[in-house]
Amino acid sequence: MKIPLLLLALATAIPAAWAATPRELADAYAAEAARLSPGFKPSPQRGAGFYAKRFAVSDKMPACTSCHTDSPLQAGRHAVTGKAIKPLAPRADAARFSDPAKTEKWFRRNCTEVLGRECSAAEKADFIHFMTEGL
Amino acid sequence: MRTALTILLAGAALALLPAAQADSLPVPADAPPSFQAECGGCHLPFPPALLTAPDWKRVMATLDKHYGDNASLDEKTRRELEAFLLRNAATRSRMAGEGDPPRLTRTEWFQREHRKVPATAWRDARVNSPANCAACHTRAEQGSYREGEIVVPNSPKR
Repeated sequence: MKIPLLLLALATAIPAAWAATPRELADAYAAEAARLSPGFKPSPQRGAGFYAKRFAVSDKMPACTSCHTDSPLQAGRHAVTGKAIKPLAPRADAARFSDPAKTEKWFRRNCTEVLGRECSAAEKADFIHFMTEGL
Repeated sequence: MRTALTILLAGAALALLPAAQADSLPVPADAPPSFQAECGGCHLPFPPALLTAPDWKRVMATLDKHYGDNASLDEKTRRELEAFLLRNAATRSRMAGEGDPPRLTRTEWFQREHRKVPATAWRDARVNSPANCAACHTRAEQGSYREGEIVVPNSPKR
């Protein structure tokens, strides 16, 4: 958790939201994953599988796709409230994965909801690689 | 006769007043940035004037069971938002929400204001939830709820 924590510390230390690139965020998660499991390499294919997987922990939000649709390039809709959600892919919305604190917050909230647990650094690295290279 | 008419007209004007006030529900100026960032993350950041202070207290005390979602916040942010909601809460009893946590879609006022919305509209996938204000109130995100801006999906009337 060292490097994402460092990113978070930086994000909160600097008053304005600290800007990062999706690549920098993915690299930080990948480094953390490699520390826990030597030899880890992020994979957009694994990220795609994760994105499409039905975890079925939550009735209304069984999968990422429940709110974000089958394609992260498309706008989504909150499965409970109906609120419009901007596309997840940075190619469709440049603000995505550019704020470490915000990225961590939504991983924590949505992983807890959809998977019933927090996501691992490896899953987060794969996820961002899918969002940036796998589409 | 004249006095009676005056009283009647004044009464009618008073009766209209709450509806007129509800046309505009801007986000109060003392809203902390977390109001948009946290409350507005999953739904329209609802105008605090749509529930009473005891209702908001209950909502903010049960964020881990937030209408089927876990919307927990760190304690500092939770307190900051609760204080803001309480400062701007409704005082009238018809704004008291039923349910636990209370729902702003289940106040006497909300039910009355929306009594003419057909069932087909409520069931429409674009509406999805009565809390999805912006589905029909096209300028809800700007705090405007005027009659002329309403577009009800799947409604035979409009």
